[in-house]
Amino acid sequence: MDLIADHISHRFGALDVLDDVSFTVRAGEVVAIVGPSGCGKSTLLSILGGLLRPSRGAAELRGAPPAGSLNPLTFVFQDFALLPWNTVEENVAFPLLHTSLSAGERRAVIDDALRRTGLTDFRAAYPKQLSGGMRQRVGIARALAVRPAILLMDEPLSALDSQTRELLMEDFVGLLADGTMGAVYVTHNLEEAVRLADRVVVLSRRPGRIREIVTIPMTRAERGTADARGPMAALQGELWSLIRKEAIDAEREVQHA
Amino acid sequence: MLDRAPPETRDQSAEATRPVAFRGAGFTSGGSRYAGWIALALVIAIWQLAGSAGWVNPLFLPAPSAIAVAITKLATSGALWQHLSWSIMRIGTGWIIGTAAGVIVGFAIGLSTMARGVGITFISALFPIPKIALLPLLILWLGIGEEPKIATIALGVFFSTAISVYSGVDAVPRNLIRMAQSFNVPFHAIVRRVIWPGALPSILAGFRITASVALLLVVSAEMIGAQYGIGAFVLQAGNLMQTDQLLAGVVILSLFGLAVGKLINLLETRLLHWR
Repeated sequence: MDLIADHISHRFGALDVLDDVSFTVRAGEVVAIVGPSGCGKSTLLSILGGLLRPSRGAAELRGAPPAGSLNPLTFVFQDFALLPWNTVEENVAFPLLHTSLSAGERRAVIDDALRRTGLTDFRAAYPKQLSGGMRQRVGIARALAVRPAILLMDEPLSALDSQTRELLMEDFVGLLADGTMGAVYVTHNLEEAVRLADRVVVLSRRPGRIREIVTIPMTRAERGTADARGPMAALQGELWSLIRKEAIDAEREVQHA
Repeated sequence: MLDRAPPETRDQSAEATRPVAFRGAGFTSGGSRYAGWIALALVIAIWQLAGSAGWVNPLFLPAPSAIAVAITKLATSGALWQHLSWSIMRIGTGWIIGTAAGVIVGFAIGLSTMARGVGITFISALFPIPKIALLPLLILWLGIGEEPKIATIALGVFFSTAISVYSGVDAVPRNLIRMAQSFNVPFHAIVRRVIWPGALPSILAGFRITASVALLLVVSAEMIGAQYGIGAFVLQAGNLMQTDQLLAGVVILSLFGLAVGKLINLLETRLLHWR
């Protein structure tokens, strides 16, 4: 199943946020969206995931979702968006409660999602008892439970410390390794974009327009090797050179606002 | 390759050392668990001493022991239960009616923009009215009986409940609602599983306020027109200059308020254990 951004523009009141953004996320592909602060990355993700109606253009799907997918477009949120009154298991079960799954099937799906995210031993814990990294793992387990075709990840690591980010990045690489699940990964961190994405959509400062779409010329498996460090650093440098001036302008704009 | 340094040992310099001064004392929110009880016991002891030594006229301020005797007499004669049961019936009925209506209206305002537009205007206009001032009007409408007293309590409870409920609904993080929507969770399930538990802390805080409002209104209403009830008892005792009886009624009201507070604490502990 492909996800298409078709000439999407959006404005909040008098503020133009996105301007004519078009690209396609193909089945199993990971597309990162980067750009200066306030360029509309998260707004674009909300539009792609159907949480926000664009002022112009549309988000469209092409092709059937994978068999058994309960929620083809599934978000992983920056702030985890866990229900604090529910345990880990209940949080993972939450999106399944109103599906056609039987109790037995539901239990199997939950067990599988908890196992894949290393949360089996924490199923009875409440979010407040978990570290930030473990909370985000619950968010990922909840997303995996509905067998998505495309994960919509809105800066999923930005609220975490660098060591936890590194660990979760390894998890993401593992989860996306077999290519059955695609992702749109919004980030301001170019290293994350280069580590994870097949292509990187670079947005300009507000109103966000597509400045460039950069293809990462390595498989994700290759990126984990020592030989890849140099080329990956070069790619990051290339992306940074595309963003740097606009990031400075955007920062000054925010300070003057 | 990492260049690992050996563990550091203390520098054996001859120069004298001095500890870093601690500057982080005070400004903590914690308090002693027993300090309040000790202070209360101390005040009662001084009060008793003043009464026993004849420093204060018992007509104006009877000693705690006299109040305790009055409470015991009330309890053994059965009058305490008679008055208390009437007050509890009025508070209970009024509180349940007011709370039910307040929760429904509060949720409607919190969930519907149209209900918000209409509801907040009415609530803003009517909330500041002292509800006890409406009692004569309610007596005219509902007759001389229990109805106007219960209606006064229900009205007082309704407004505070409605406000705490819609404030609670407003305070539910929008990201949780968007998360539920992103999983196609139906509206009724979002209300039940996200908004209701999310608003519950505010709703329970509202219960604490409405319990006090109900107690205040029941006493006021009973003082205006009732034969039985703690308010009526306090008024009668005052009229007869039986200050020990009067203060016995006040102590009973205080204990009743404390019991309700403890009940709400218990509810909070059970329902909000996740906080």
